[in-house]
Amino acid sequence: MKGKTFAMFVAPSLILMLTFIALPLVSVFFQSFYQNRQQFTQTTVESCTPGFLTQNCVTEVRNTAKLDANGKPIIDRVFVGLESYRQLLQPEKVAAAFAANGEGWKALETIDFYRALRFTLTFTLVTLPLVLLLGLVLAIAVDNTVKSLRGPLIFVSLLPFIITPVIGALSIRWLFIGDGILTRALEWMTGHDIAMFAQGWTIELLMMFYRVWHVAPFAFVVFYAALQTVDQDTMESAIVDGASRWERLTHIVIPHLMPLIIFVSLIHLMDSYRVFDEVIGFSSEAHRISLQWLTFSYLTPDETGNRSISRASASSMLTMIGIVLLLIPLLMRTWRDHKVSR
Amino acid sequence: MADTRALATPLGLKVLTGVFLTVWALVALFPLFWVALMSFRAPVDALAANPLTVLLGPVTRTTSGGVSVVLLALGAVLLVVLYRLPGQFGPDLAKRLALGGSMAIGWLLGAVIFAVGALGLLLVLLPAVANIVSAVIRPIPVLGVLGEPLIGMTMDHYHAVWVKHSFYRNFINSLIITFGVVTISLTVGTLAGYALARTRSNLAFWLLIGALIFRALPHSVLVTGYVPAFVNSREMLMPLWTSPVTGWFFTLFSATPPTLYGQPLAIIVVLVSINQPFTIWMMRSFFLNIPNELDEAARVDGCTHFGAFWRVIMPVMWPGVITTGLFSFLLAYNDYLVTALLLDNQSQTMVPAISQFLNRDTRASDQIEAIAAAVSITAPLFLLVMVFQKQIVSGLTAGAVKG
Repeated sequence: MKGKTFAMFVAPSLILMLTFIALPLVSVFFQSFYQNRQQFTQTTVESCTPGFLTQNCVTEVRNTAKLDANGKPIIDRVFVGLESYRQLLQPEKVAAAFAANGEGWKALETIDFYRALRFTLTFTLVTLPLVLLLGLVLAIAVDNTVKSLRGPLIFVSLLPFIITPVIGALSIRWLFIGDGILTRALEWMTGHDIAMFAQGWTIELLMMFYRVWHVAPFAFVVFYAALQTVDQDTMESAIVDGASRWERLTHIVIPHLMPLIIFVSLIHLMDSYRVFDEVIGFSSEAHRISLQWLTFSYLTPDETGNRSISRASASSMLTMIGIVLLLIPLLMRTWRDHKVSR
Repeated sequence: MADTRALATPLGLKVLTGVFLTVWALVALFPLFWVALMSFRAPVDALAANPLTVLLGPVTRTTSGGVSVVLLALGAVLLVVLYRLPGQFGPDLAKRLALGGSMAIGWLLGAVIFAVGALGLLLVLLPAVANIVSAVIRPIPVLGVLGEPLIGMTMDHYHAVWVKHSFYRNFINSLIITFGVVTISLTVGTLAGYALARTRSNLAFWLLIGALIFRALPHSVLVTGYVPAFVNSREMLMPLWTSPVTGWFFTLFSATPPTLYGQPLAIIVVLVSINQPFTIWMMRSFFLNIPNELDEAARVDGCTHFGAFWRVIMPVMWPGVITTGLFSFLLAYNDYLVTALLLDNQSQTMVPAISQFLNRDTRASDQIEAIAAAVSITAPLFLLVMVFQKQIVSGLTAGAVKG
């Protein structure tokens, strides 16, 4: 295909991506160095109330918003440099926490950003191996069952995958919240009084459980499809050579699936790093928050209708740096594979 | 080969596999099944301590009636039939309905007919038939018990959600947004995907890598960029309306520039763009499956590039189009973050709107209403998996195999 035709075909998609993905990125980058400040005038007002013999007089300084000709408050866009980042990262507090008599990591948990970062990273790195393992075991198990059962099993597995994330998280929550059916079952089994939503770590466990439940079917379907293309000749010769079931798995099946394991890991890293719907579904913001939720909360208007755009921009930029760092090893590998295959 | 002893699965492994798969099927289904069950029970029953009470709903039965064994049996048969139907007659029906020779339209119409038909059968015909059968067998001594209401069931919560809290408005908004996203995203995505599959230049490679990086971006990063522009779009676009060069053109549409915040059309474009990287990757992998010789033959016969694309490639491409369309649909339908931040109350879609039920969690019936709303959101997805199971599976693997 010639350059000109190629450009014609790609143009609509490219224009959309440039205006609605690349341009916002640039604008967020610049926004993070500015803050919007409302202009105030300070006036000293003396108000007096009649009292016995003398008047009671109070002087107070009032801040009143300056209004422009249309009656709208005047807002200045001020260049503040890294101020928004400083408000988010709070380096003084970090320094204090790690000083001689600081509280160390514990103090960091009181700062929203580090709290969100800690949860997001744990969440991503814990769910990744679980998803891969469950997907792989499911694929092998379904591959070994009777043919007539495979269709219904895939149908059942697709349901947790396709369900709206917020709704999926909610339905798990409804089973556990208060005296939900599964909380009762757990209490009956352990004999202890259990409240799943009273402390952070149980919520975190439920969130991870939900994510594995939601994504494992994806890994399963991808691995299952690849299992159908395992080279039967190699398999037969391995059997002739007396390879056990386990040896066949580790020496033939897993290497065959390796590119797909990397593919699923890549997708899962991207998706679980932007964990967000779980925080909404489980209403966990008091105990556990994620980086995306932090930005979301800055963007939600507060009681006065103001959005803290500059802080949201700063946290967006930091979130983005995180995903780039996380993806570099995987991208390097694809790049190397690409060069080898050429 | 299957008969050789080396390949025969040992009994222990067979049992283990069976147990594991049963447990998985239970874990996969239980939350959805149980939540759906709760939505049909009166609050006393739904939140009862004893699981049997939730299952049978005795209080619900005395207050608002219930379903008989006859109805349950007929319902089970109907569900099995509905599960089988798409696989048996789906392709034929799609071929019949393929207006203008496009299979995609055929499948779309087929799916709509199936959805409407399934809803009609389940909600109207099934109760009617069950009532007749019950009335017939009630006088018979032993069989009559089967016709009596056995399990409590109420539609009150659904009624409250859809009528009292006018959830249908959110449903309509969801319909508008998903329809817009799917059509635009497919139109733009097929063109780009086709070009990317047929080019080996470095530019194409870098475009794909760039799309991959865009795919990784958390959506909140992009929304941070949209929010100020969307809220202030009237002031920002004013120069276009007042300038003498372009003003006459834009004032044809509206007297003043629009505020994009809360505009369904603006959200459609945003969701299409966010989804573009994924769409072009998936489309490209489907186009790679179509042999290059096909368009070369068309070109030799005198077609232009676009002619070859439209007359020769698209007719064989419809499975890919349907699959990609499904995933675009899911993205638009399931989205919370973008729609919650950029749409106002009037134009809100179903998923963010559910939070209005959550925040009123004070009475017991409020919680069950939230559950009913959640089940209402899930029901279309359930039908979707029924009809399009094969396409979803092929979509999940397409990106993987060629990616």
